[in-house]
Amino acid sequence: MLFLMWCVRRCTFQITVVRKEMNMNMNEEFQIIQSCLMIRMPKEVDHHHAVRLKNTADKYIEGKDLSHVIFDFEQTEFMDSSGIGVIMGRYKKITTLGGKVMAIHVNDRVRRIFRISGLHKIIKIVEE
Amino acid sequence: MNQMNIEFSSKSANESFARIVVAAFMAGMNPTMEEVSDVKTAVSEAVTNAIIHGYSKEEGMIRLSIRIIEDEIEIQIDDEGVGIEDLNMAMTPLYTSRPDLERSGMGFAFMQAFMDELDVTSEAGKGTHIFMKKRIGYEGSLLPQFHNLKEEV
Repeated sequence: MLFLMWCVRRCTFQITVVRKEMNMNMNEEFQIIQSCLMIRMPKEVDHHHAVRLKNTADKYIEGKDLSHVIFDFEQTEFMDSSGIGVIMGRYKKITTLGGKVMAIHVNDRVRRIFRISGLHKIIKIVEE
Repeated sequence: MNQMNIEFSSKSANESFARIVVAAFMAGMNPTMEEVSDVKTAVSEAVTNAIIHGYSKEEGMIRLSIRIIEDEIEIQIDDEGVGIEDLNMAMTPLYTSRPDLERSGMGFAFMQAFMDELDVTSEAGKGTHIFMKKRIGYEGSLLPQFHNLKEEV
């Protein structure tokens, strides 16, 4: 339990560091900061965009020694079940490597999709 | 009553086109942002199904028909693709026939959750027809506890 709390704390700490560094280059869709892969989700997360997103994310995950994946939904206005597939797929990959998946800047729409699909039970939503 | 029909190719780029069409057409119903997003999500799921399942082998045409009758929107999405052999299986949440594409298997569950009514008919080799209906303007005012229930699904 204590270990878990320590993990969550460490991750939240990392996110604050990551956020500060992110401000320097906002345009990158994929960024590795420390050992976290930060994925800036597109405006519309549907099947059309999901295919490219998955392939690029996997290249990063497989090629590098990553501990966590953070999905940033700041720009996202629309998401359907294809987005669930993208997150679940990365979740399976990174948890077998012992990492965690987190979501930040989760708006009402994305939160609704998370709740209906049950994703909120396995992905930690980090609040502002 | 107000109605429209369009046909478009089963290209994934057309998913956003279908969403924009339905959002624009229902604008006159004075929907809330959430209602528009719900309908867009349901349409996106149905069109994606037609593209990746119905026309997985060869490209075809998808027909989108929308009817607005007073405060209800009726949406029909038809394809002439491969059809669904076992509809019950296909509609089971988390079941997907395309694990290779990392589909979540939540498509029909989303259509059900975001619309009031969903009716799917399909025949192997002939295509799939999806009919959905939603009443607009009642979100939050009518039976709020029912909406909460839906979210727990």
